[in-house]
Amino acid sequence: MIRPQARPKVEVQDLNAWFRGVHALRGVTLSVPANTVLAIIGPSGCGKSTFVRCINRMHELVPGAHQSGHILVDGKDLHARGVDPVDLRRRVGMVFQRANPFPTMSILDNVVAGLKLNGIRGNHAEIAETSLRQAALWDEVKDRLHTSALSLSGGQQQRLCIARALAIGPEVLLMDEPASALDPIATAKIEELIRELREQLTIVIVTHNMQQAARVSDATAFFYMGELVEHGPTEQIFTNPKESRTEDYVTGKFG
Amino acid sequence: MSSRMRRRAVNVAMTALCALGLLVALVPLASVLWLVVSKGIRGLNLDFFTQLPTPVGEAGGGVGNAILGSLYIVGIASAIGVPLGVGAGVYLAERGGGRAGDVIRFTAEVLSGVPSIIVGIVAYGLVVLPMRRFSALAGGVGLAVLMVPTLARSTEELVRLVPRHLREASLALGVSEWRTSLRVVLRTALGGILTAILLAVARASGETAPLLFTSLNNQYWNWRADQPTASLTVQIFNYAVSPYEDWHNKAWSAALVLLLLVGALSLVARFLARSRFGAQR
Amino acid sequence: MAVKKHTDRAYDAELEELRSKLLTLGGKVEAEIAQSMRALSERDSKLAEQVVGSDREVNLLELEVDESCRRLLALRQPAASDLRFITTALKIVVDLERIGDLAVNIAERAIDLNQSPPLRPVHDLTRLAQLCQSQVRKALDAFVDADVDKAQAVIKDDDLLDALYHNLFNELLALMMEDPRNIRRANSLLFVAKHLERLGDHATNVAEMVVYMVRGTDVRHPHSRENTGQP
Repeated sequence: MIRPQARPKVEVQDLNAWFRGVHALRGVTLSVPANTVLAIIGPSGCGKSTFVRCINRMHELVPGAHQSGHILVDGKDLHARGVDPVDLRRRVGMVFQRANPFPTMSILDNVVAGLKLNGIRGNHAEIAETSLRQAALWDEVKDRLHTSALSLSGGQQQRLCIARALAIGPEVLLMDEPASALDPIATAKIEELIRELREQLTIVIVTHNMQQAARVSDATAFFYMGELVEHGPTEQIFTNPKESRTEDYVTGKFG
Repeated sequence: MSSRMRRRAVNVAMTALCALGLLVALVPLASVLWLVVSKGIRGLNLDFFTQLPTPVGEAGGGVGNAILGSLYIVGIASAIGVPLGVGAGVYLAERGGGRAGDVIRFTAEVLSGVPSIIVGIVAYGLVVLPMRRFSALAGGVGLAVLMVPTLARSTEELVRLVPRHLREASLALGVSEWRTSLRVVLRTALGGILTAILLAVARASGETAPLLFTSLNNQYWNWRADQPTASLTVQIFNYAVSPYEDWHNKAWSAALVLLLLVGALSLVARFLARSRFGAQR
Repeated sequence: MAVKKHTDRAYDAELEELRSKLLTLGGKVEAEIAQSMRALSERDSKLAEQVVGSDREVNLLELEVDESCRRLLALRQPAASDLRFITTALKIVVDLERIGDLAVNIAERAIDLNQSPPLRPVHDLTRLAQLCQSQVRKALDAFVDADVDKAQAVIKDDDLLDALYHNLFNELLALMMEDPRNIRRANSLLFVAKHLERLGDHATNVAEMVVYMVRGTDVRHPHSRENTGQP
């Protein structure tokens, strides 16, 4: 896939992160071109989730957390003076491992929760429909928008959370193992969704399922013990990786 | 084979013992209910609910002002105690990790163990003396002091129960931390908190000691917060310690009314809990 | 070089089994070439018939290798070096089986030729046969040892083999023109030469796949690539 060389959407330069005395990320440098999907793989505890949470500055909410290095989105440093982390999180959305719709709200209210809670005015109903269509959930819920969000199945709830994240109009979407709690069919739907969303967003997805990373991403980054071991086109990582540690992980020779 | 029979025998014996314990525990409750209902039901009529108390010897009359007064005083207590208690609980749950949190929690625990008569005396000193009069306000303050510790602890527990990932979901949407606490976390815990509030109110309604020298009593209707006010509990006390049998009967009936009031509040609380928590899985 | 084992030991065993099946197949076809050339030079039709009979085992081994590869692809989702190894196996088993078939063809030619009096010895044929056998052996060694240098030597020597074949072709042509009574037998030898040349090509194919297996770069059809500008 040849894309014109433009400024990368997300650039990470020498990122180090600590929490509770643990040096969770060591000197990570990589960049993510716009409208591509980057998959982050690696064994448990390698720093994948920490990395992704640094990009929307949720890492700093962990007690005892701090970081060094630079993260740029569209060329602007996230930690520059005057950058409001709350504001940032509207441009860099996040979807979590467990679907977490707000239990006291209906499906419709959940989708526009980000707008309502932030006091953003607009045609909420229209935005909700657009987001639900983007999340491939509209047809399944259009007749019951006012029922409780908890009446949906696990896969539908996760897509609802994706719609909720999309409703605010982010440019980057971070996904922390979004399908790990779902059955294969629901997983396939989410993966198809990711492929479609790539046209409008830049996506970074953390996954412990290597085949999922292979199916869904354009580039893959392999983390081990806080270090970025290798980063390259997905096809290359899975057919001919350069680093022996990557090779060992991808072929199942780890541990 | 005999060991199996022995196990069955032990099982039956233990079950019987537990059942016995249950019965023993139920007996006082049942006897109270029976006593109050049987002795109080005779005096219940519309007048009882709507009329002022009559002087000794005169038939008729009621505890209308006491019912209203109780509601009034408990209303004042709630207006003071609920925001304070719930607010403290939310603070403890969200930011109660440090020294300040420990101090507040410790204070709440100590306060909840203070005898209610002491609370009454404190309210006397804090409100009655400066105001130079007994008042519903003083009574309200006394009851509020009783409500705050338990409300704070319950609220803290309930807010802590809200799963962390709901907070994270809200924060990830670019919602500020305080708004997340208020509109997401609190809202999710609301069902439980409402139940806790109702239970605290029910408990406060049944207190007598704090009211004895704060709101005192009043034979007439009262709408002013700075005047002594009648309350069911004090009225029952007054009737019960009097030497008149007629008033004793009225005491039983008033006790029944109080029981019904508190029972109704508790029932509503349970109903709310089930319907709210049902949606919260 | 310490080879790391898969966490799943059964997977390791399955890969090892695939490798040994391929090596067995390779060994058999190597033997077939040697035997068929001997049957030709020593005029031993019995040996030739043995070669023809042994082809059955070779075919069965090919089926087994294919089956193993399919199983591994379906059940193991192989990646990186494992994927390259299995796809290489799928391809070289075809080449090896063809080599076996060509050896059988040579044996059949031998049976035919042994029924007539011998022609005068043709030296280039012996040399061609030796070179082909060495190519096959080197290609198989390269596979076993995952040795890119050996594989590249095989690829290079294919030119030598082609040159030898052309010389032999001319020599046999001359024989035919000398005396019409030689035509039938010389023609048979020409067929043998052709079989050997094809055999060498298959050995080169195996070597090219070995380079892919080890390096991850596909070195086949370099001339076609020149036109499209692909690396």
